[in-house]
Amino acid sequence: MIIDTANHIAALAAKMAKPAVIAAYPITPQTTIVEKLAQYVENGELNAQYIRVESEHSAMAACIGAAATGVRTFTATSSHGLLLMHEMVHWAALARLPIVMVNVNRAIGPGWNIWSDSNDSMGQRDTGWIQIYASSNQEVYDSIIQAYKIAEHSDVMLPVMVAYDGFILSHTSMPVDVPEQSKIDEFLPEFKSLWKLDIENPVTHGNIIMPSDYMDVRYSMNEAMKKAKKVIEEVGEEYGKKFGRSYGLIEEYMTEDADYVIIATAAIAAEAKEAVKKLREKGKKAGLARLRVFRPMPYELLKYDKMIVIDRAVSVGLGGVLYNELRWMGDVYGFIAGLGGKDVGYADIVRMYELAEKGKEGWYGIEVK
Amino acid sequence: MLKEIVFHGRGGQGAVTAANILASAALKDGHKDVQAFPFFGAERRGAPVRAFARISDEEINLRSEIKEPDIVVVLDTGLLSVVDVASGVKENGLILINTNMPPSHFNFPCKVATVDATSIAIEQNLLVSGIPVVNTPMVGALAKFLGISIEAIKEAIKERWRGEAGEKNAKGAEIAYNMVKT
Repeated sequence: MIIDTANHIAALAAKMAKPAVIAAYPITPQTTIVEKLAQYVENGELNAQYIRVESEHSAMAACIGAAATGVRTFTATSSHGLLLMHEMVHWAALARLPIVMVNVNRAIGPGWNIWSDSNDSMGQRDTGWIQIYASSNQEVYDSIIQAYKIAEHSDVMLPVMVAYDGFILSHTSMPVDVPEQSKIDEFLPEFKSLWKLDIENPVTHGNIIMPSDYMDVRYSMNEAMKKAKKVIEEVGEEYGKKFGRSYGLIEEYMTEDADYVIIATAAIAAEAKEAVKKLREKGKKAGLARLRVFRPMPYELLKYDKMIVIDRAVSVGLGGVLYNELRWMGDVYGFIAGLGGKDVGYADIVRMYELAEKGKEGWYGIEVK
Repeated sequence: MLKEIVFHGRGGQGAVTAANILASAALKDGHKDVQAFPFFGAERRGAPVRAFARISDEEINLRSEIKEPDIVVVLDTGLLSVVDVASGVKENGLILINTNMPPSHFNFPCKVATVDATSIAIEQNLLVSGIPVVNTPMVGALAKFLGISIEAIKEAIKERWRGEAGEKNAKGAEIAYNMVKT
């Protein structure tokens, strides 16, 4: 058991996955990930090409180039870095390259704000990246290892983003069990790409696709994303058998007899577990479904009569991102909370639950209190 | 049993490091889960900063700020006039202050403990750029009120700084552990 910040843990997990190429540009609150990786490369603990680029757009472009030669790659970013990268984020997924990236969630400015907010990564929802949201440092570690296995699976071949809250996790020390390198190597053998750029055996990729065929590319991505659900579950189960911690698309807590089930991601979802305990003490049948995977959206697992969705992201002009993805499913109440790192404690979540019971929803602390 | 601790210090005094050492020692002492985290704002040397720690024998699901601490640690008495250090502290809580004054000198709505960490640092030549290192003695004193062994604190300190620096900081922590007054 070691104790360290989620960023250092993320760097350690990336190191243990043995990427051949890391290309990154620093941005708060992600910076300590790539600093640590640079240190690993410098002191010889990690045998990788570390490419210092002039922007996040170039960081992803370098990962795309490297991944196309059939090797494992890693990068990390946050907020404006991810937004600057956006074109290449689409590119990586359309080229079906199994890149793994960490996004440390941070609000978008102006006004400048370095604190947690999911709008950066949730704004990439249509790019074709698998998105995993971690709620603890242990899960950050475990998810990065699993991310490579998921991304590189022949049924998937899509990039994976592992996201977690800036500062709330990124700079918080928590205990983490780190398996031995040999066990990680067994779980995650060397990547064997289905195809690669190879001067001995030339192929082109990223070429023009005429209207007659473009839809097929998008269709196959969508099919891969659907198949990814099973792969994520299988990989999470296999990980559990080997390391004692299983993962799925969602994590349910006291949902069986629940009147209302709270749906949330990342740090708010961890805090919500405490809120459910408090609500149960008050005699209220609360439950929680922590959404670990946002893409592919596991809506078929969220079969609850009444749901309370807490969003740390807003689609301006529509409302909470997650809420609007789930509201068609029935009796769904949505709260927007915690934007720009505003503290969301269990007492706030208890309050949201009680507001939903009265049929209320909206911007927590502004429209509803 | 969950214990929540808030550290008040000035940028450069090592409040965040203190929280990390405490968390690490608590884990060594057999507590099941711990957290240590800073509040990140506009940090700069000398500005008031806060750091937080949680210690529990169960899994900690909390990810929010600590609003009702069990113990508040004040690394610099100069902060008492600019920061409401007693904010939210539990009635049966404690404020631990780095000062040469006795606890009776302070008027807070909870118990007060004091230890002269600055003098301990100077006597032990525990100095960085001529400035006394108070964070490790304060963690040593704090251990007493959390039932954490001074051995675990010393071990956590020595893991952080190898060699002489580790030994000196560990000694400073032990002296403070033995000298703290309530």
